[in-house]
Amino acid sequence: MTEEIIISGFGGQGVLSMGKILAYAGIMEGKQVSWMPAYGPEQRGGTANVTVIVSDEVVSSPIVSAYDTAIVLNQPSLEKFEPLVKPGGTIIYDGHSIIQPPKRDDINVYCIDAMEEAARTGNSKVFNMLVLGGFLKVRPIATVEDVVKGLHKALPERHHKLIPMNEEAIRRGMELIKQM
Amino acid sequence: MDEIIEIMTREELIIPENRIYGKPTLMNDTPMHYCPGCSHGVVHKLVAEIIEEMGMEEDTIAICPVGCAVFAYRYLDVDWIEASHGRAPACASSIKRLWPKKLVFTYQGDGDMACIGTAESIHAMNRGENIAMIFINNAIYGMTGGQMAPTTLMGMKTATSPYGRQADLHGYPLHITDLATNLEGTCYVTRQAVNTVANIRKAKKAIRQAFENSLNQKGCSLVEIVSTCASGWKKTPEQANQWMVDNMFPYYPLGDLKNTVTD
Amino acid sequence: MDNEQKDIVLLKGNEVVAKAAVRYGYDGFFGYPITPQSEVLETLAVDKPWETTGMVVLQAESEVSSINMLYGAGCTGKLVFTSSSSPGIALMQEGISYMAACELPGVIVSVGRGGPGLGTIQPGQADYFQSVYGGGNGDYRTIVLAPNSVQEMSDCMGKAAELTFKWRMPVIILSDGVLGQMMEKVELPAPRPRRTDEEISQQCPWATNGIGLKKRQYNIMSSLEFDPATMEERNRKMAAKYHQVEAEEVDYELYKVDDDTEFLIVAYGISSRVSMKAVDILREAGVKVGMLRPKTLWPFPNKIISQLSERIKSILCVEQCEGQMINDVRLATEGQTKVFHSGRSGGMISSPMEVIEDFQKMAREEMSKNWPKGYWMK
Repeated sequence: MTEEIIISGFGGQGVLSMGKILAYAGIMEGKQVSWMPAYGPEQRGGTANVTVIVSDEVVSSPIVSAYDTAIVLNQPSLEKFEPLVKPGGTIIYDGHSIIQPPKRDDINVYCIDAMEEAARTGNSKVFNMLVLGGFLKVRPIATVEDVVKGLHKALPERHHKLIPMNEEAIRRGMELIKQM
Repeated sequence: MDEIIEIMTREELIIPENRIYGKPTLMNDTPMHYCPGCSHGVVHKLVAEIIEEMGMEEDTIAICPVGCAVFAYRYLDVDWIEASHGRAPACASSIKRLWPKKLVFTYQGDGDMACIGTAESIHAMNRGENIAMIFINNAIYGMTGGQMAPTTLMGMKTATSPYGRQADLHGYPLHITDLATNLEGTCYVTRQAVNTVANIRKAKKAIRQAFENSLNQKGCSLVEIVSTCASGWKKTPEQANQWMVDNMFPYYPLGDLKNTVTD
Repeated sequence: MDNEQKDIVLLKGNEVVAKAAVRYGYDGFFGYPITPQSEVLETLAVDKPWETTGMVVLQAESEVSSINMLYGAGCTGKLVFTSSSSPGIALMQEGISYMAACELPGVIVSVGRGGPGLGTIQPGQADYFQSVYGGGNGDYRTIVLAPNSVQEMSDCMGKAAELTFKWRMPVIILSDGVLGQMMEKVELPAPRPRRTDEEISQQCPWATNGIGLKKRQYNIMSSLEFDPATMEERNRKMAAKYHQVEAEEVDYELYKVDDDTEFLIVAYGISSRVSMKAVDILREAGVKVGMLRPKTLWPFPNKIISQLSERIKSILCVEQCEGQMINDVRLATEGQTKVFHSGRSGGMISSPMEVIEDFQKMAREEMSKNWPKGYWMK
């Protein structure tokens, strides 16, 4: 199994940390992982994306030209990465952030209203965990238990008290995601 | 009657009780390459005397510059590092941090400290590195043959300012020692000379304090020695000394500029 | 060793460089921020090794200063390193020449980006010439290690520490923005203590640190000679050392190279990772291709390339620049086989498919008369 994932959105949406937690979850599953951000001049509100590869085998190239799954959290990201999803692959988008939904019919398209849920519950910080939950529902490459273990590794000790809230968000995300 | 005159040997003649002057033992017998009348030799001797008096032979790391003092390492029997042009303060910074109990000092000329290495000098001083910096200011580039230095006086003729230093062509002399007083990292900034016995004594005291500041982690010390360059100035040693008194001292007045360590 | 230390962690290459240095017992770091390597100093600043191992960490005023801090520290026998990226490494060239001239230890981590000039901050491999041939003056060489994973970024810190004292010459770890910025699983080395002053004086009797001065001739560290004959003598002694390094320290890895291999890809660093995938895809299609990855760029694996060239149809040299290592590959083939270039530049990185496209162009040229099945893919 090799899953090549792109996560893309605005800076501040938690794109990079979502990728990191996913990679850690992969490690907890005993898998090989790579996490490669597209970096640029530091800029608040700029675009951010990260390629995460989770595999049973050694990850050869951390740079890929096509993805099994694209998680797109703003319109420019969807336009950039929709064409790069492998046929039969998956695209997941946030219902609030995307105005023009994906058009391809050779891929699986899912929508998650994570932004709306985060706003509704007044907890914008768990937005990325809601999306991660949605992803794990449709691409179960790691169990929620392993993600929680990964969170323990990824977060500094002083933030461990926030883990139950994140776990809850992941589970909520699993319920929220819907195929289009 | 024949009288036998016994001639005393050198050893018999020079007995410790009679000795009024000796070469510091740290100074070896290598003939110096400095020109007659140059201040470097005197300052070298002071440095050797002080290290010996402080008993720091095994705990001194000395860093020499590019310029006339590039060969300082030939004359004093301590461990020496020859830094690239201007970078002695950077070398000294890392060394002192890695060997905090050592006496670490740089020995630099005006081109090295105040021109090509200005950034390194200013930042080492500003970081308050616990090093001593000896700064030989003779207002000219000696080794390369008398070109203009950052400290060359206005109107002064050099190989690259043959009609005299002019502000519009060459800019102004850099008062790096005065600048140093404004940096929070410096604990002792002083300007000395070695043209008279009295001044030599004062200079020695200043260098000694700078060295002690390094050992006692007091911050960065800068000892400027306003110096002669008889060859570069195209004067005899005597004329050079007088020219320094008449022209350099008014522009670079002697004395302590800053001392936060005195108590 | 407790479990925390043995733990496998997910870290960026740059973070790993910092953490590995502390564990390998480095005495100091001197550096200046530049993208994409700033996490090295940032990580050290957070980890505060001066409170644990006593390692010194200092943000210098420039790369020029950083390398001269390395020079000074190396003179005294300490194990120190700096890190920077392409334009910063350019500024260090004078200091590297001085370090080589004085035969000093010191480790320089280069996290390459697109150039020339200020260039881009995205990953690049355009500093092969800069590292392998050196931008400093004079007759000198530096050992150049080329990691291709975050784990190897850690391992290279250990290897460089060993080699730089073994041979008394600066070691450059040439990585790139991808390796610096990407996160992978890594097992950090077991902590080892820094050397004591006693150990330093035994290992480095040449060092200018004053230790034991009364019982020895004083040490001088200088690259200046006024007598050209003496300078030549020094150069010849160093050249003899360099030949010995060439004989003993070449390191490379072969990937899917066997007796039937017809085509070879030569790539280092991030290009070797991209090429690995290209090789996998081509192999699956039945193409007899393998990869040689130099792990040391100097000394360069000339012998194995020469041997393989006797039977290889052609070589594709993949590097993220307009062609630099290709010169060394060509020299190593001794004219026995053709070498082609593949790669992006300026901060762009080839994808595996782009490598495959270039490979196909090459293979078509080589095999146009007799085109075996599987060599052309859509």
